[in-house]
Amino acid sequence: MRVRAQLMMVMALDKCIGCHTCSVTCKQAWTNRNGTDYIWFNNVETKPGIGYPQQYEDQERWHGGWALDRRGRLRLRAGGRINKLLHIFANPDLPVIDDYYEPWTYDYSHLISAPLSDAPPVISARSKLTGEPTRLKWGVNWEDDLGGAHERLGQDPNIAGLEEQIRLDYENVFMFYLPRICEHCLNPSCVASCPSGALYKREEDGIVLADQNKCRGWRFCVSGCPYKKVYFNHVTGKAEKCTFCYARVEDGMPTICAETCVGRIRYIGVVLYDLDSVTAAASVPQDRLVETHRELLLDPHDPRVMSEAERGGVPFDWIEAAQRSPVYALACDLRVALPLHPEYRTMPMVWYVPPLAPVVHGLGSIGYDTEDPDAVFAAIEHMRIPIDYLANLLAAGDRGQIEEALRKQLAMRSFKRQEQLFGRGDTRTIAEAGLNPEQLEHLFRLLGLANYSERYVIPTSHREDAGALQTEHSGTDFPGNHYRDKKGRLRLRVRPE
Amino acid sequence: MEQPENPDPAAHGSSRPAAQALLGRRRYLSRGEPSDDGRVILRCDDSLGEEFYRDRWRHDTEVRSTHGVNCTGSCSWKVFVRDGIISWETQAVDYPETRPGMPDHEPRGCPRGATFSWYVYNPSRVRYPYVRGVLLDLWHQARADHDDPVDAWASIMADPGKAGSYKEARGRGGFVRATWDEAYEIIAAAHVHTIKEHGPDRVAAFTPLPAMSPVSYTSGSRYMALTGGAHLSFYDWYADLPPSSPQVFGDQTDVPETAEWWNSSYLVVWGSNIPVTRTPDSHFMVEARYRGQKVVVVAPDYAEHTKFADDWLHVAPGSDSALAMAMGHVILSEFHVRDRVPGFLEYVKTYTDMPFLVTLEAHDDGAYLPGRFLTAADLGEGVDDAAWKTVLVDSRTADPVVPNGSLGFRWSESGKGRWNLDLGDVDPALTFLDGEHDAVQVQFPRFDVDPAGVLLRGVPARRVGGHLVTTVYDLLLAQYGVARDGLPGQWPGGYDDAEHPYTPAWQEQLTTVPAEVVERVAREFAHNAQITGGRSMIVLGAGINHWFNSDVTYRAIITLLVACGCIGRNGGGWAHYVGQEKIRTFTGWVTLAHALDWSRPPRQCNGTAWFYLATDQWRYEVYRADELSSPLAKGLFEELAPIDCLSQAVRMGWQVTYPTFDRNPLELADEARRSGRPVGEYVADSLRDGSLRFAIEDPDDPANFPRLMFLWRANVLGSSGKGHEYFLRHLLGARDNASAAETPPDRRPRDVVWRNDAPEGKLDLLVNLDFRMTSSCHFGDIVLPAATWYEKYDLSMTDMHPFVHSFNAAIDPPWEARSDWDAFKGLAEVFSTLAAKHLGVRADLVATSLQHDSPGEIAQPGGAVRDWRSGDVEPHPGVNMPALALVERDYGTVHEKLTSLGPLVESVGIGTKGVQWKPAAAVEWLREANERVVSGVGDDRPRLETAEHVAEAILALSGTTNGALAHEGFRQLEERVGRPLAHLVDGERDRHIRWSDAQIRPQKTLTSPEWSGNESGERQYSAFTINVEELKPWHTLTGRMHSFLDHDWLAEYGEQLPIYRPPLNMPDHYPEIAELGSDSVVLRYLTPHSKWSIHSEYQDDLVMLTLHRGGPTMWLSVEDAGRIGVRDNDWLESWNRNGVVDCRAVVSPRIPEGLCYVYHAKDRHVETPRNERTGSSGGTENSLTRILIKPTHMIGGYAQLSYGFNYYGCTGIQRDEVCVVRRRGQDVSFG
Repeated sequence: MRVRAQLMMVMALDKCIGCHTCSVTCKQAWTNRNGTDYIWFNNVETKPGIGYPQQYEDQERWHGGWALDRRGRLRLRAGGRINKLLHIFANPDLPVIDDYYEPWTYDYSHLISAPLSDAPPVISARSKLTGEPTRLKWGVNWEDDLGGAHERLGQDPNIAGLEEQIRLDYENVFMFYLPRICEHCLNPSCVASCPSGALYKREEDGIVLADQNKCRGWRFCVSGCPYKKVYFNHVTGKAEKCTFCYARVEDGMPTICAETCVGRIRYIGVVLYDLDSVTAAASVPQDRLVETHRELLLDPHDPRVMSEAERGGVPFDWIEAAQRSPVYALACDLRVALPLHPEYRTMPMVWYVPPLAPVVHGLGSIGYDTEDPDAVFAAIEHMRIPIDYLANLLAAGDRGQIEEALRKQLAMRSFKRQEQLFGRGDTRTIAEAGLNPEQLEHLFRLLGLANYSERYVIPTSHREDAGALQTEHSGTDFPGNHYRDKKGRLRLRVRPE
Repeated sequence: MEQPENPDPAAHGSSRPAAQALLGRRRYLSRGEPSDDGRVILRCDDSLGEEFYRDRWRHDTEVRSTHGVNCTGSCSWKVFVRDGIISWETQAVDYPETRPGMPDHEPRGCPRGATFSWYVYNPSRVRYPYVRGVLLDLWHQARADHDDPVDAWASIMADPGKAGSYKEARGRGGFVRATWDEAYEIIAAAHVHTIKEHGPDRVAAFTPLPAMSPVSYTSGSRYMALTGGAHLSFYDWYADLPPSSPQVFGDQTDVPETAEWWNSSYLVVWGSNIPVTRTPDSHFMVEARYRGQKVVVVAPDYAEHTKFADDWLHVAPGSDSALAMAMGHVILSEFHVRDRVPGFLEYVKTYTDMPFLVTLEAHDDGAYLPGRFLTAADLGEGVDDAAWKTVLVDSRTADPVVPNGSLGFRWSESGKGRWNLDLGDVDPALTFLDGEHDAVQVQFPRFDVDPAGVLLRGVPARRVGGHLVTTVYDLLLAQYGVARDGLPGQWPGGYDDAEHPYTPAWQEQLTTVPAEVVERVAREFAHNAQITGGRSMIVLGAGINHWFNSDVTYRAIITLLVACGCIGRNGGGWAHYVGQEKIRTFTGWVTLAHALDWSRPPRQCNGTAWFYLATDQWRYEVYRADELSSPLAKGLFEELAPIDCLSQAVRMGWQVTYPTFDRNPLELADEARRSGRPVGEYVADSLRDGSLRFAIEDPDDPANFPRLMFLWRANVLGSSGKGHEYFLRHLLGARDNASAAETPPDRRPRDVVWRNDAPEGKLDLLVNLDFRMTSSCHFGDIVLPAATWYEKYDLSMTDMHPFVHSFNAAIDPPWEARSDWDAFKGLAEVFSTLAAKHLGVRADLVATSLQHDSPGEIAQPGGAVRDWRSGDVEPHPGVNMPALALVERDYGTVHEKLTSLGPLVESVGIGTKGVQWKPAAAVEWLREANERVVSGVGDDRPRLETAEHVAEAILALSGTTNGALAHEGFRQLEERVGRPLAHLVDGERDRHIRWSDAQIRPQKTLTSPEWSGNESGERQYSAFTINVEELKPWHTLTGRMHSFLDHDWLAEYGEQLPIYRPPLNMPDHYPEIAELGSDSVVLRYLTPHSKWSIHSEYQDDLVMLTLHRGGPTMWLSVEDAGRIGVRDNDWLESWNRNGVVDCRAVVSPRIPEGLCYVYHAKDRHVETPRNERTGSSGGTENSLTRILIKPTHMIGGYAQLSYGFNYYGCTGIQRDEVCVVRRRGQDVSFG
C-alpha cells in the first residue's frame, strides 16, 4: 500500500445555474492568449447536447481513454506503442478545429474609425485563424439552453438506447448544465499517451500537468483524453490543459473556477488513495467501476490509512485536511457524488452530484400526493430528467447509483421542510433514503449552507524544503566567497567566471 | 517530497503487461522518469515546466472595484493589475457573513462582469474625445468667424443648411478626434446658447440608476440641476417601475433582499428568470430548496430557473393576471370565506384597506357601481383634512369609525401623533354579511371577452351617513367571484366552472395552465403562509412587468400575498426585482445629485412622457384612449388620443413635462416680474387667456423642441429607446427603417396641435460620455471618453444585498479618458466662464408636478378630475395645475457650486419620503474630512472637488450610513406617528460608515426611516416590516395597503380592483399582417433580459459573443420555425410597422409556439446585416417596439397616486408587440 494525496473536486449539478462564470474567469486568467482562443480549460455544456468538442463522449469515434482487452487487461483504446508510432504524424483520432469551433473576433476598431457612410457602422465576425469573414457555425457553448437541440438529439451518446423514453418536445423538455474541467484522473490516459513524457501527475497533490518545456506537440494526449480536456496551442505548438490552478491551490486558494462559482456548486478537498490499487480498480467490470473507485479513496480516519499516509510522506496537515474533506464526504460517506463517465476507466477525480429535476409535468398533478397539503414535493420517479440518461453520464449505466443520490437529496428537502415548518423532521424519511441524522446534517451543511471554509478545504503546499529558502532564512549553506584579510576584516572574493 | 523506495515494482498490483508496454514506449521516446509502478509518470519537482503558469498568475496588486452597469448585482470584485495593466478580475468573497445557519453572499458576480477587463483595452474603447467631422468642420469655420464661442454656435444654428448637414450625418460614422478643450467649448457654447435662446428646460439629461454609481450619476445631474436642465426619470421609462407599487403600497418599490429567499418556505418565481437576471443571488433560492422550500415557476418557456421548479406553470405570455385571479379565487374561497383563517383576517383588518367603506353609485337597472372611499367629510365631520380621512365600521358597535393612520392624519395639525395603524379597541368589520345589510347588485367589468362585458354580482351594503356603502373586502370577494350565501348575482358553480371568471377552469382557457395545478399551488401557497406566519414569497420580474397592463397583473399577484398575510414578514412578501432602484444612501445622494444643497426645486420629469413627445411617437398611435375603457366607463376619454390625456395630466399638475411652456422660462419669469403680480397668478391667468400655452399642446412647434441632450452611463438609442426608429427620424433627423403610417385624421388628438410636416432632427446637440461605442454614441454628435469602472472612485449598492461598497481605480484613466466627475467638473468650468458673460444672474420659472410625500398629494380630493380648462374651477398653481417657483440662477457660479456643498443642507434640511433632518454635525464633520472651500460662493463649505469627496458626503448625509441621522429621522417621525420608532436604531446610532470603510470591505447598511424594513443586526431586509411591527402607516390614502383605487381615471379603465386584462390586441391594429404569405409567421415579440449581456453592456464583448452565437439571435419554437422553413442558425428577418430586425435563429424545443424572444438589448453594431428591403442595417430589438402610454399612469395630486421622480408615471412598456418573421436570404452583407 502506498498512500498518496489527491486534490479532488465535486460539482453539485443540482446547484448549477448555467451562468458560465467559471468558464469566463478561467478563460480570462489562463487562456486569452494567442493560440488558446478556442481553448476553454473550463466549459459548461447544456445536456442533452453534444458538447465541446462535438460528440467528445463518443469513444467509438475518438478512441479516448482506456478499455479492457479480451483478457480483461487495461489498455489504451487508441492502441499501444506500435499503433501510436505508426500514426505519430497522422493521428486519426485527433479532433480538428471545426470539432471545437473556429475562433473568431470582430474588427472592433471600425466602430471608432468608420468613415462617413450611408449606414451605421457594423462589425461582423472574422476568423481568428485566417482573418477572413466567417459564417459562424459552432462555438464552445452553441447549444446553450437547448438551442437547436432537436436537430442533434440523436448525436448525444448518453441518449443511445433511450430514444424511446426521451422526448424533447415543449411539454417534456428537460435540461441541465454540465461544467467540465480536466478530471485530473488517477489513471490518466493523456499521460499514458504522451510519447515525450511531457504529461505528468504531481505526486504531492495529483494534479495532472503538461510540461511546457518538454512537450513536443505530438498531441496524443489530446486524442488520448476521452474528455478532450487537453488542448493544442497552435501558436506555441504545445499541449495545454487545466492546471487545477496549482499556482493558487499551492497557497491554499481554491481554483479560479471554484472560487468564482456563483452557484457555489464546487467543492475542493483532499482524498487519500492507494497508488498501488489504481490499476486494479480501473480494470474491474463496468458495473463495479463506481463502487471500486469509491473504495480506492481511503477512509482518512482509518488509523492504518493515516499511518500509511504518513509513511508515504503525506504531511500531517494534508491528512487532517483529508479528514475534513468535503469531497470525500460527498463521494464516499454521503455517496451522492459520482464520477463522469467512469467507463472511460481513467478514474476521474472531478465528481458530480446528479441534478434533481423536480418539475414534474406541465399537464397536471402527476406525482403529487394531493391529499396532504404539506407533501409538496414529487417523487424522483416522476422527475423530468430520465434517470437512465444520468446513469449513462455518471454511473456507467447503473441506475441504482443515480437513484440513491437523488433520493438522498429529495429526502433532505422533505426532512428539512418538516423541520422548519413543524419543528422536527421524520427520521424515517431520511432513513429510507439511506441517511442517518448526522449524515443528513452534513449533507445539508455542504449543499445548503455551503460556507466558503467548508466548500474548500485546501492545505498549502509544502515547499519548506525548497533549497533557496533555507539559505535566505538563516540556513548554513554558506556561499564561501568571503575571506578575511590580514587585518581580520571580512572581504568578498571576486572571481571572474 | 521524495519518492519512497520501492524495490519490487511487481508488488504494486499494476496490470503488468499494459504498464510495461507504456513504460517501454516512454523509454523509447522520452528521457523522463516514469513512476515505478510503470503506469503513470508521477513527478514532484519544481521544474521549469510549471513556471509558465505560475508566472501567468503573478500580479502586482489587487484592487476592489465593481461594475457600474444597470444591473441589480452590485457585486464587489477583485481587479488584478500587473505591470500597470489590468489583467483580469474575480469576485470578492469578503462580504460580512449573514448569520450562522444561513448561506453567505460570496461570491457575488456573473460571467458578464467577469469579462469586464476586456473593455478596458479593446480596440473599440473610446480613448479620445470625438466629434463628427461634419460638425467639427462647421465649428472650425464658425470659430474662425466668431471670437465668442457662443456666437459661433449661434451662427451654425441660424443656418438651417448647416444644422441639417450634421444632423443628417448622425449614425453614419465619420467621427474625428478632438481635444477635450475643443469638445468642452462646443458643448458649453451650445448649452449657453440654448439656455439664452430657448430656455434651460430645453436641455435634457439622461442617466439611469444612481445606485450603481451615485457619484457618477451626480456628476452630470448636479451640473444639470444647477443650470436648470430637465432630468429625465429612468425607472418608469425602463418599465422597471411597477405602477402597482405606488398604487398598493404608496412606495416606489421596496422589496426583500435576496438572502430573504432563504427565509421563505414557499417561493413562487413569476416572470423573473433568477439565474439569468439575479445570477449572483440565485444560490439563495437553490439552497433554500434544501431547507425544504418549494419553488414554483411561472414562465412560458422552459428556462434556466424552470429547471429548479417543483411546479412549472407554463402560462401563455401576457395572461398572468388570469392565473393570479384564479389563485386568488381559490385562496379567498377556502381560506377567507370557508375557513376564515384568523391570522389572515386579522392581518387584512389591520394592514389593508379591506375594511374601509366604499360608496355605491346607482347605475343601470337597479345595479350599482363601486364609487369612492367614504371619508370623514362624507360624514359631515368638520375636522381638518376630513376628505382624506377614510372610514370603516366597528363590528362591536356597528358604528362608523374614522381610524388613525389615513392620509388626513399625515399633514394636518390634528393628525400629529395619530398617523398610525393602532386601532385601539376597534374591531373593523371586513364584511357586512355578518350583520344587518341589504344585498345589492354591483356591476364589474370583464375583459376576458371581446368586446368587454359586465358581471353582475352581489355585495352586502348598508347606509352610513346617508350613503349606501359596502366594504372593500366585500367588493373584492365579489370581484373574484367568491360566492357567499344570500348574495345575488352571477357566480361560478365551482372551480371547474369555465364560464364565470375567475375560477381555475376559467383561467385554463387563457393561460393553458391546468386548473388542477392552479388549485393545488394556490392552496399550498396559502397553507404554507398559514402555518409559517406569512413566509410565502413571490418573486416578480420583467416577464410580467413589461406589459401594458402589468399594473393589474401585479395587483392580482400582490393580493395573493396580502390575503395570506405575507407582506412585511421576513420570508414572505413581494419581491419585485427589475432595476437596481434602491439607493440605500438615498438622502445624501438626492441632495447632491439634484443640487438641493443650492437650489430647489429641480426639474424632474417622467422619461417616458418626455421621449414620447420628443420622438413624435404620438403621431403613430393606433389606439384611442377610450379603446381600453371599461364598458362601465363614464366616457372621460371619449375622442381623446393618449397624448390628450397626457396634456390634461400636465395642465392639472399631475405629470409636468419639459419644456413646460411655449417660451423660455427665464423670459417668462421676467414677464411675470414685470407684470408686478405674483408669478403663480400671472402664469395661471396667461394660461387661461391663452397668451401662454403648455409646450405639450404643440410638441412639433420649434419653440417647444428639446434642443440639447446629455447622455452618460446610458445608452438610450441602443438599449432603452422604445421606438428606436422614431428616435432616429424625429429626435435626430437620421435615417430610419420605420414604415408605419401616421395616425389617420379621424383618430388624431383633440387637444394637441397636429402639424402636417413632422419635424425631423429636433435635437441640436447630443452629447455622450462613455467608454464604449454604443448606438447612442454612433448617433450622437460628440463622444467624450469616460473612465471605465476600474478607473474611478464611486459607491455601489442595490436592493439585492444590504451592503454599500466601492469602486476604486485599479489604474488611472488611460489615454484621455476622464471619470464622470472630472468630465462634468471640467465642463462646468468652461460653461461658467461663458455663462457669466452671456447669462449672468437670472430668475428661472420652474414648474413641477404635485409631489407624493408632500402636501401636494392632498391637492385633489376624492380622485375626482376637476379640469380648470373646462372653466368650472379656477386654475391654482400647486392645486389643480403645476406648482410654480422662481429659482435664482447665478450662471457664472455653476462650477463653484458644483464643487462645494451648499448651505441648504442644514439651513432648510434634507430628507426623503416626508422625513427631514438638518445634519449640522455631519456638515461640520465633512468640513474637516473633505476640507473647506476658501473663496467664492462656497466659502467655508465642505469641498466636493473629487469623486471621493462626493462619496464621503453621500455617506455622511444618509441615515443608512450615518446612524445619528437615522435616529434623528425616527425621532421626528415619532412625533407624527405617535409611537416609538427610534428604538429601532438604538444599537446603530453611533455607526458612521465612512468612505474608507467602504473601500476596505462591503459594509452592511443601517436601518433608517428612508426605508420600510428593519434590518438591524443580523436580520435580513424585508420591505414593510416596520409598518407591520411598529404600526407605521403606508404612504397611501388609507395608510394601509390598497386593493381598491377610487380615482376617476382608474374607474374609467375598470381597474379599481385587481382584474384580468389581456395583452393589447396589436394584430387588429396592423391590417398589413393579415395579408402575409405562407413564408411568414406572426409571433408575440418578447424581449427578455439577456443571458449574455446586461442590457447592451457586454453584448459586444468578445468573450460573451463567443459564449453563445456570436451576435444577435431570435429564439423560436420548433413548430414556428418549421412553418417558415427555418433551421437553427438560419438568418431571419422580423418586421412590423415600427422597423426591422435582422438576426439569426435559435430554434429550440424549450420555446412554446406563438412567441419569439430577442434578447434585450442588442444594440445594432455587431453582426447585424443589411436588411434586404430597406438596404439599411437591421435594427435593435427596439426597432420593433413603440412607446405606448397608459392614462392611469399619468394620474397625480391624489394620495399615493401622485408624482415622484421614478415613483409614478408612464412606463415604457414593450411586451405587447407582435412581429412578422420570415427566413431571409442567407447571403448577408454588413455595414
